Amino acid sequence: MNRLPITKTPKIYVGGAFIRSESARVFPIRDAAGNFLANIPQCSRKDLRNAVEAAAKAGPGWAKRTAYNRGQILYRLAEMLEARAGEMSGAILMGNGAATPSSPSGPRRRRRGSLGASQEVAAAVDRLIYYAGWADKYEQVLGNVNPVAAPYFNFTVTEPMGVVGVLAPEDSPLLALVSLLAPVIVSGNTVVALASGSQPYPAIVFGEMLATSDLPGGVVNLLTGFRQELLPTFATHAHVRAIVAVANPAERKALALGAAESVKRTRLLKTEEPFDWAAEAAQGLYAIRDTLESKTTWHPIGA
Amino acid sequence: MPTLSSASSKTSARRGRTAPELVFGDLWPFDPAPETADPKLKARYDLFIDGKFVAPKSGKYFDSINPANERKLARIALAGPSDVDAACRAARRAFEKVWGPMPGRERAKYLFRIARLLQDRAREFAVAETLDGGKPIKESRDFDVPMTAAHFFYHAGWADKLEYVAPGRQVAPLGVVAQVIPWNFPLLMLAWKIAPALAMGNCVVLKPAETTSITCLKLAEIFQDAGLPPGVVNFVTGAGETGAALMSHPIPAKIAFTGSTAVGKTILRALAGTDKRMTMELGGKAANIVFDDAPLDQAVEGIVNGIFFNQGHVCCAGSRLLVHEPVTEAVLARLKHRIRQLKVGDPLDKNTDIGAINSREQLKKIRTLVASGVREGATLYQPDGILPAKGFYFRPTLFSEVTMSHRIAREEIFGPVLSILTFRTVDEAIEKANNTAFGLSAGVWTDKGSRILKMSTELKAGVVWANTYNKFDPASPFGGYKESGFGREGGRQGLLDYVILKP
Repeated sequence: MNRLPITKTPKIYVGGAFIRSESARVFPIRDAAGNFLANIPQCSRKDLRNAVEAAAKAGPGWAKRTAYNRGQILYRLAEMLEARAGEMSGAILMGNGAATPSSPSGPRRRRRGSLGASQEVAAAVDRLIYYAGWADKYEQVLGNVNPVAAPYFNFTVTEPMGVVGVLAPEDSPLLALVSLLAPVIVSGNTVVALASGSQPYPAIVFGEMLATSDLPGGVVNLLTGFRQELLPTFATHAHVRAIVAVANPAERKALALGAAESVKRTRLLKTEEPFDWAAEAAQGLYAIRDTLESKTTWHPIGA
Repeated sequence: MPTLSSASSKTSARRGRTAPELVFGDLWPFDPAPETADPKLKARYDLFIDGKFVAPKSGKYFDSINPANERKLARIALAGPSDVDAACRAARRAFEKVWGPMPGRERAKYLFRIARLLQDRAREFAVAETLDGGKPIKESRDFDVPMTAAHFFYHAGWADKLEYVAPGRQVAPLGVVAQVIPWNFPLLMLAWKIAPALAMGNCVVLKPAETTSITCLKLAEIFQDAGLPPGVVNFVTGAGETGAALMSHPIPAKIAFTGSTAVGKTILRALAGTDKRMTMELGGKAANIVFDDAPLDQAVEGIVNGIFFNQGHVCCAGSRLLVHEPVTEAVLARLKHRIRQLKVGDPLDKNTDIGAINSREQLKKIRTLVASGVREGATLYQPDGILPAKGFYFRPTLFSEVTMSHRIAREEIFGPVLSILTFRTVDEAIEKANNTAFGLSAGVWTDKGSRILKMSTELKAGVVWANTYNKFDPASPFGGYKESGFGREGGRQGLLDYVILKP
C-alpha cells in the first residue's frame, strides 16, 4: 500500500509567525488538470491592518540595523532561496492553475512567459544578491554634502519611509514579488505585500524562506487573497507611507485617490505595459530611491 | 534718563531672570527710515504668454493691493481656461522647437543672464516685493531677491551637466511643467520652481498667487531683456480657478505645487489616475527644540528668526517651541524681552522687523486660531505698541502652557504666533516633535554633538536645522516628509523631480 503524503497547510507570514486569515476564509488552488492542491488563506482587511501593525513595530529596529547587517541578511535570504530552489520551482509550477475571482470556473493555465520555473528562481536569487550589495552603497550615491553659501556644514542623507504596501502582479509570482520587495526593505523600510492572486503559492513558500533568513519578524509580511477586497485598505491606511504596485488603470486611480488622504507616496507600474521582470532594467538604484525620503541637516561651522 | 535694571548672576539668568537691561521707554523712538527706490510698477499687468504681454481673452482684471495700507497697486489680468490653453500650447511649441533641442550649455547661458539681470535691478525688485506682499524691506532686500538670483545662478550651471544628475542613468526633460506657487515668497518660490525646470530642459507655465503677481510679471520683463525664447516660460495670473484650469490641462506632464496641505490633497485627488508627475511642497508645524545645554542667547535669536521671519508666513516656520523644563522660565523671559524689541509696522521702513500680514483673509485666519488658543487655555503674551491704522498687522505672539491637543499646537497658523510646549527627556522631545501629520522641518538647539546627530536622525522632517533656523540655499534640498508633501527643491535631489530617467 502506498504511503499517503503529508500535505502542507499554506499559511500567511505576518509578524514572523505563520498564521491563517483571521476571517477563517480560504480559496483553493488547483493543478492544471483541475485537481485540488491546497487551500490558500483569503485575507481580510483586518488581516491587512494587523500586518501593518506588525510592520510598524518591526520598522525602527530594522532601520537601525547597520547597512552591512541588512546587506548580509538579504544575502542570507538569497542563500535560503538558492538552497531550496527545487522546492520553489515546484511551488511555481504547482500554483499555476489557481481559482481566482477573475476566473471563478477554476483551473486554467497561466501564461508563463518566456521564463521557466527554475530560471525564475535563479533570477530571483540574483536579484536579492544585487540589492544585498546596494545596502551599504546607495547612500553614498544618493546623499551628498551641499556647498551652501554661508558658514554651515550641510548634508543630505536618505531615510526609509516606514511601512510600504506592495501589490504584486499576477505573473512572475516569485520574481516580481522579490523585485518589488527587495529595493524597499534594503533601506530599512518594512513591507506588507499582497501576493499574486492567481498564483499565490510561491509567496507562501517564500515566507518560509524569509523565516529562516535572519530577517527580523515583521519586516516582510506576506498576505494572500483577493486584490479588489484589500486594495482600498492599502490605499487609505494612514500608517502605510508608500505604495509600490503593479496595477491596472482603475486600480491606479483608486490607489492614488486613497493615497491623497495621507499624502502617501506611490510607485505605480502598469499592468497594461509589458514588463520583463528578468531584465536588467527591472532592477536599479532608483527603485531603492522610490521609497526613501531625503533629509537635509544644517549646522553652523564655528567655535 | 534711561535706567539700568538690576544685575543678576549667570546661573540665575538661566533660571529665568533676565540680564541687566537699559530701559529707554519712549525716550528715543526710531525716526522713519523708508526705502525710497522706485519699484517701477505699471498700472496694469497683462498675462505673459509666448514671450509677449497679452490681455486676457475675457478682458477681466482684478486689483492687487498693498497689504501695508490697503491701497491699490495695479490691475492684474485674470486668466481663463482659453488663456491657460494658449500658455500651455506656447510652452509645448517652445519645448519642441527651441528649448528641447537647444544644447545644455546654451540653456545655461540664459539662466546665468537672468540671474545677472535680476542682480542689476535688485533694489527695484525688493521694493516691489515688499509693496506687493507686505514683507519687511530688509528681508526682501537681503533675502528674497538675492536668493532668487542665486537659484538661477546655481541651476544655470546644471543645464549642461545632465549626465551627473542621476548616476547610472540617462535623463531627459519631461516637457511642459505646470507650477503653482504661494504668496509668502513670490519671487523665491518662482525661482525654486522655474530654475531647475529650465535647467533640465523643460518649459513652464506658472501661476503666481493672486495677491502677489506683480514681481512675477516684472521678472517677465527680465526674461524679455535676457532674450529668453518665447514660450519657454509663461505666466498666467488669477485665483484658484485659473490654477485648476492649469493643473487639469492635458499638456503639462508634471505639476509642481507649493501651498497648503488641504489644497495639495485636492490636487492629488483631482489628478488621481492620470500619468502626471507631481511634487508637493505643503504645510508644516515644525518643532524647534531647545535643550538645557543650548547657548540660550543664540537659541532665542534662532527662535525669533524661526517664527517671526516673514511674519511667520513660512511653511517651515518653527511654530512649536519645545523647551527643556530646566530652562523653560529662562527661555520664556528672554523671548518676552526680545519680542518687545521687534518693530511691527511699515514694511518699507528699513528698521521694521515684522511687516504686514499678506491679506485680510490671512489676518482673519490668524485671529481665529489665536482666539482658539486663548479659549483652550494657553497663556497669551503680546508686547504693547501701536500698530498702523490702515493695513493688516498682527503683533508677535507667544503662547505658553500649550499642550499637544491644542489647535495652536496642531494646525498651521502661518502667522507670527509661537506655541510653547515643554519636555523633560530626549525621548519625550522626539515623541512630541514627531506627533504631527506634518514633517517639513525641525530645529534642535544643544551644545552636544552626539545629541544633535541623534535628534537629526530621529526627527521625521525633511530639513533639520541644528543650532540655527530658517537657512536656505539653492544647493540645499528642501521638502517634506508625511503630509508636508513629497519631492525636493534645490540641490541635486531637486533636479530628479524635473527629469525622466531613461532605461
